[in-house]
Amino acid sequence: MAMPNGPQGERENYLNKEYGVGSWLLTTDHKRIALLYLMSITFFFFIGGFFALLIRLELLTPAGDLVQADTYNKLFTMHGMVMVFFFLIPSIPAVLGNFLVPMMIGAKDLAFPRINLLSWYLYIIGGVMMLHCMLTGGVDTGWTFYTPYSTAFTNTKIVEAGLAIFVAGFSSILTGLNFVVTIHRMRAPGMTWSRLPLFIWAHYATSIIQLLGTPVVAITIVLVAAERTLHLGIFDPKLGGDPLLFQHLFWFYSHPAVYIMILPSMGIVSEIIACFSRKRIFGYNFVALSSIAIAVFGFLVWAHHLFVAGISIYAAFVFSLLSYAVAVPSAVKTFNWTATLYKGSIRYDAPMLYAFGFIGLFMMGGLTGLFLSALGIDVHVTDTYFVVAHFHYIMVGGAVMGYLGGMHFWWPKISGRLYPEGWARLAALIVFIGFHLTFFPQFVLGYLGMPRRYYDYSHMPEFQVLNVLSTAGATILGVGYLLPMIYFLWSMRYGKPAPDNPWNAAGLEWKSASPPPTFNFDVEPVVTWEAYNYEELDAPHPQEAPVVR
Amino acid sequence: MSDSQTTAVQAAAHGHDPALLHHFAEPQQQRDAASLGMWWFLATEVMFFGGLFCAYLIYRLQHFNDFAAASQSLSIKLGAINTAVLIGSSLTVVLAVNAAQRAKRNLLVAYLLLTLVLGSTFLGIKAVEYTDKFKEHHVPGPTFHFVPERMEGHPEQPPIDQRHAEMFFSLYFVMTGLHALHMIVGIGIFVWLLVMAWKGRFTPSYNTPVEIGGLYWHFVDVVWIYLFPLLYLISRHR
Ligand code: HEM
Ligand SMILES: [Cu+2]
Repeated sequence: MAMPNGPQGERENYLNKEYGVGSWLLTTDHKRIALLYLMSITFFFFIGGFFALLIRLELLTPAGDLVQADTYNKLFTMHGMVMVFFFLIPSIPAVLGNFLVPMMIGAKDLAFPRINLLSWYLYIIGGVMMLHCMLTGGVDTGWTFYTPYSTAFTNTKIVEAGLAIFVAGFSSILTGLNFVVTIHRMRAPGMTWSRLPLFIWAHYATSIIQLLGTPVVAITIVLVAAERTLHLGIFDPKLGGDPLLFQHLFWFYSHPAVYIMILPSMGIVSEIIACFSRKRIFGYNFVALSSIAIAVFGFLVWAHHLFVAGISIYAAFVFSLLSYAVAVPSAVKTFNWTATLYKGSIRYDAPMLYAFGFIGLFMMGGLTGLFLSALGIDVHVTDTYFVVAHFHYIMVGGAVMGYLGGMHFWWPKISGRLYPEGWARLAALIVFIGFHLTFFPQFVLGYLGMPRRYYDYSHMPEFQVLNVLSTAGATILGVGYLLPMIYFLWSMRYGKPAPDNPWNAAGLEWKSASPPPTFNFDVEPVVTWEAYNYEELDAPHPQEAPVVR
Repeated sequence: MSDSQTTAVQAAAHGHDPALLHHFAEPQQQRDAASLGMWWFLATEVMFFGGLFCAYLIYRLQHFNDFAAASQSLSIKLGAINTAVLIGSSLTVVLAVNAAQRAKRNLLVAYLLLTLVLGSTFLGIKAVEYTDKFKEHHVPGPTFHFVPERMEGHPEQPPIDQRHAEMFFSLYFVMTGLHALHMIVGIGIFVWLLVMAWKGRFTPSYNTPVEIGGLYWHFVDVVWIYLFPLLYLISRHR
C-alpha cells in the first residue's frame, strides 16, 4: 500500500516526520507535546524521589542525625510540592491523556494545539521557578503552606513557591480546558457519548475538576502572597484574619485535586481490565457516570481535612457523612472491574499486573479513607503516619501504578517498539512488594501514635523497626521505578518493532499505525461499533482480519 | 471500518477556508470549539473570583459593623459613574460583534475604539479613587488610619476595630485590583481586535475572535456589577 516514507525508509510518523530541537520545542502535535511532558514529569519525579530518599534515610534511626530539623522540614515540603504539583497532577492527563484523548475519539489533534503547547511552557516556567526556589533555600511549611506560619513566621521562599504552583496550575487549567472542548467538539462521526472509552470519561471528569478547582487554589495563593508581602490581613489572626478560611479555600481545591490524580488512573485501569479479560467492561454506564459522580462529590468533602481545626461539630458531622458518600462511586468502579474479570479469559501481561496492583492498593487507600472520615478515629490518627500511609496508598500505590500500567499498555503505540515483557512483569512485582513494605508499616506506626513531619523520634525508639522496614521497602520501590525507565529507554533502540495492535485491543487508537502519523488517522474514522467490543473481536470469524504489516 | 486502511494522505475533502485550522473538519466546528473554550475559561474565572467573593462575604458578615463603617469612605458617585461606563462598554461590544457579523468594517472599528475609550475611562476613574484612598491613609499598611464618619441616627455608634476596617480595604484593593487587571488584559485583547479589524480580517464567516473577546469583556463587566453593590452599597445610610 502506498505510504509516504520517512528518511529511514520507515513509514512516516509523528516521530520521524521532522528532526531537530526546533521541531520539538515549537510543535503543536499533541503526541509530541505528550512526550515533552513525559520527559519533564519524569525529571521532577526523580527530584521528588530524591527528597523522599533523604526523608527515609533520616528516619532510619530514631535520632535526628542525617539532617537537622530545618532541613528535614524543607525536605518533606519540597517532596510534597514537587510530587503533587509537578508530577502527579500533570502525570497521566498531560502525558497519556494528551497522547490518547484525540486518538481515542478519532480526532486529528486537541481542539487548541497552540494552547496545548503553551500549557507545557507554563509547566516548564513553573518548574524552573520551583527549581530555583529549591536551590536558593526552599520552603519549610509542608506542601499545604498553612497560614499564619506561611505568611507571618517562616523565613523561607513561600511567595516564589506559591507563584511556581500558580503558574503550573494555569498549565493544568489549560490542559483541562483543551480536553473538555475536544471531547465535546472533536469526536469522530459515530463516536457517541455512550461509545466513548472509559479513559475519556475519566479524563472528562478530571478536566472539570481541573477547571473548577484550580482557580480557587490560585486565588488562595494570591491572597497568601498579598498577606505575606503587603501585610494585608486576611488569614493572620494578628491582623484580624482567620486561618480557618485559608484551610477551607486550600482544601476546596486540594481535596478535589486528589481526584485529579486518581481518576485518570481509574480510566487506564478500565481500559486494561477490559482488554486483558477480553470482555466488555461490566456496567459501562455505571463506571462512566461514577467518574462524574466522583468529580461532583469530590467538591463536597473538603472539610474532612479540618476535623480537628475547630470547625463546628455539625459541619464535621455533615462532612463526615459526605466523605462516606464519595466512597460509593469508587466502590462502584472497583466492583465493576472485578465483575468484568469474572469468566473473562484473563491474560497476565505487565499492564494487567499493574492494573491488579492498582485495584489492591487503591482499595486499601480508599478504605482507610473511610477510617479517616469517621470523626472518632480521625481525632486519634490525624497528623500521624496513618494519614501519610492512607494518601500514599492512593496517590503512589493507586495513581502511579495506573500510570505505569498505562505506560506499558500504550508504549508500543507511543514508541513503535515493544518493551521486554519479562522485565516488565518483574518490575510490576517489585513495585507492588516494595510499595507494601514501604507504606504498610506506616499504617501501624500512625496507629501507634507516630506523628508525621517529625525528624527525630528518639523518645520512642520502639518505632525504629517499622521505620527500618519502611526505608527498606522504599529502596525496593525505587528499584521498581528505575527498571521501567531503563527498559523503556532500551526498547526505543533495541526493542522489537511493535505491530499496530499488539494487544488486539478495541480502542480507536489501535486502528492507527504504531507510532501514529502526525494527524493520527489517514482516513477520518467512522465509528460503527460499541466500546470494548471484545466478544466481537474474538469471535471465531472476525469480520475483519487484523492487518499485519 | 477496516483496520487502519491508511491510504495515502486524505484528499482535501473540504474547500479551503484560509482561517480554517487543519485539525477541524469545518468552520462551524472551529467556531463551536472556540466559544465553548471561552465559556469554560469563564467558568474558571467565576471560581477564581468566587473564592475571593466568598472570603469577602464571610468577613463582611463576621465583622459587619466594621466593614460597613469602612465602606462609607468609598465614593458612591465615582462607583456609579464607573458602573454606567462599563455597562455602556458592554453595549458597544454587542454592537461591535453585530457589525463584525454583518461585515461592516468601519462600524466595527468605531465600536471597538469606543469600547477601548470606555474601558480606559473606567481605569482612569479607578485610578482617581485609588489616589483618594492613598491620600486618606486608607491603604493597608503601616500608614493605615481610619476614623469612621459619624453616622446620623446612630448616636451610640460602637467603636470600630481598626484591624477589621483595614481588612475591608485589603479586600477592596485585592478585589478591585484583580478586576482592574482583567480590564487591562481586556484592553490588550481589544487593541489586537482593533488591529485585525482595521486590516479587514473579519468576515461574516470568520469573526469568532470578536465574539469570544466580547464574551470575555462581558464577563469582566459582570464581575464589576457584583463588586459595586457588595463593596459600595451595602448598608449605606445617607
Ligand atoms: C481517591 C484518592 C484519594 C487521595 C489521592 C487522597 C489523598 C489524601 C491526602 C493527600 C491526604 C492528606 C493531606 C495532608 O494532610 O497533607 C488525605 C487525607 C484524608 N483523606 Fe484522602 N485521599 C483519597 C481518597 C479519600 C477517600 C475516598 C476518603 C474518604 C472516603 C478520604 C478521606 C480522607 C480524610 C478524612 C483525610 C484527612 C485525614 C486527616 O488529616 O486527619 N480520602 N487524603
Ligand atoms: Cu480529602
